[in-house]
Amino acid sequence: MNFLLKQMKNIEPLFKKGGRFEKLHSVYDGFATFLFVPDKVTSRGAHIRDYMDMKRTMIIVVLALMPALLFGCYNIGLQHTRAFGINDWTLMHMFWFGFLKLLPMIIVSYLVGLGIEFVAAQIRGHEINEGYLVTGMLIPLIMPIDVPLWMVAVSVAFAVIIGKEIFGGTGMNVLNPALTARAFLFFSYPGWMTGDAIWIEGLVKGGGLDGFSGATPLAVAKLEGMANMPSAMEMFIGTIPGSVGETSVVAILIGAFILLVTGVGSWRIMLSMTLGALGMGLLLNATGGNEYTQIPAYYHLIMGGFAFGTVFMATDPVTAAQTNTGKYIYGALTGILVVIIRVFNPAYPEGTMLAILLMNVMAPLIDHYVVNANIRRRLKRVTTA
Amino acid sequence: MEKVEKEPLWSAKNKKLLTNPLGQDNPITVQVLGICSALAVTVKMQPAIVMAISVMVVLAVSNVVIAALRKMIPGRIRIIVQLVVIATMVILVDQFLKAFAFDVSKQLSVFVGLIITNCIIMGRLEAFAMANKPWPAFLDGLGNAWGYGLILVIVSFFREFLGSGTIMGFPVMEKLGVYNFGYEDNGMMILPPMALITVGLIIWVQRSRNKSLVETK
Repeated sequence: MNFLLKQMKNIEPLFKKGGRFEKLHSVYDGFATFLFVPDKVTSRGAHIRDYMDMKRTMIIVVLALMPALLFGCYNIGLQHTRAFGINDWTLMHMFWFGFLKLLPMIIVSYLVGLGIEFVAAQIRGHEINEGYLVTGMLIPLIMPIDVPLWMVAVSVAFAVIIGKEIFGGTGMNVLNPALTARAFLFFSYPGWMTGDAIWIEGLVKGGGLDGFSGATPLAVAKLEGMANMPSAMEMFIGTIPGSVGETSVVAILIGAFILLVTGVGSWRIMLSMTLGALGMGLLLNATGGNEYTQIPAYYHLIMGGFAFGTVFMATDPVTAAQTNTGKYIYGALTGILVVIIRVFNPAYPEGTMLAILLMNVMAPLIDHYVVNANIRRRLKRVTTA
Repeated sequence: MEKVEKEPLWSAKNKKLLTNPLGQDNPITVQVLGICSALAVTVKMQPAIVMAISVMVVLAVSNVVIAALRKMIPGRIRIIVQLVVIATMVILVDQFLKAFAFDVSKQLSVFVGLIITNCIIMGRLEAFAMANKPWPAFLDGLGNAWGYGLILVIVSFFREFLGSGTIMGFPVMEKLGVYNFGYEDNGMMILPPMALITVGLIIWVQRSRNKSLVETK
């Protein structure tokens, strides 16, 4: 490490004002602070700084994603063996199979996204923002495994430029960039984002077992009736078809634990969103309507992208509501919307993505009213006293 | 009667009436008018061009008519008079399209009729024709319709090219053979939100080239 630090210090003057690579100063800055704690000395104002700067925060989220990522790799292999009737693969074999399938997607996601971030930082003269570290890891995890890489590249470019940079970069975006990328793919190339075959590696090209459908539990409930859905235990553990990182509730809960213990994720949003979905599910169970209203309420929490969306997407500190009361409202409404979209909209079996994006747009409005209500309440106290 | 100096037909001021709306005074990208029809008819280039021509005819003729009548129109009912003129022109255009270009007229469906409510037309009648002579009003109408049509054509070019892989119905992407490499048309370009985003990108490009358009706080 000392060697590396020395090397970085040696080349630092090149990137300072007047140096040969002056224009690349933000690239240098980005790498230097990525490797070491920044040695910047404050000249005025608050002198005590928290080591939990944005880069460390982001690293913790990436860490929390690891269980879902690892399980996702294993599940890709597992689903592949099931679809093609392979019996003799070991656990490691399945894992490596999935890992090698997923790796290109992660690489493409980071290359394109970080590339655009670097260029944008140079144009604006900013430092490079760390936000993409998490987004770049989230995007492969919410894609079906078989989606072509160039589509991933296009959707990442769209999400970073249109979803984020034109609003002013990290911290200024209205919509969650990872979900923007997914929504873009969803509406642009529906053939690769919906249907039954895409969730399992290789099934699009054909060659699967006869009668093997590969549909996600939500799609099964819609197409074949609820009796054919996988058991709750299977959905909880995650050995079901679906987007790479979303299937295993166990792995996601480990991630949620890491986020909550370190205080990076908001427990208010996770709790209220879960309660919102559960409440709406129970309400629909009671009222009836169409047959999907009879899906047991707790199924909604373990099916599809709900768990992943609740833990990693809805809690995005930039796009969620900022006030504490606002977070409860935001979370609860998101949960309610997820269930409503799932139950009443036959065209979209998955409601988590759309619900979170919609509530991202509403979040500033919620905050506005929460803040105003607070001002009114305190004003009353002052004037009556 | 005051004496008015006779102005040449193509004075610098009159030429500006034609060219300004193409760039720095564009009805869509600068005045942000007529957005709704720009979103609706730009999926393919052909309807977009027909729409642009229709708007041009309606706007130029109504501008001339209103400019000619401007001294006779009582101020309090001027909007109604303007609307009567526009509606007459729109119905003529609509009937003409139905007679000679039925397919396109079906694609445009209700949007030809909705030219009546196109903010650009009412805006030009109110802002220009009511206060100018017929000839400048005619040029102003043409200029604004071209400015509108220009954006329509640009937007529809990108939407048709990326969304359907064709240009004016000619299958460019197929002839290039890119489908064999796994390329697919982008379905989102056909949906209205992408028209909005495309217009936004055009505004972005225009403002980064012409800083005088950027609002100062």
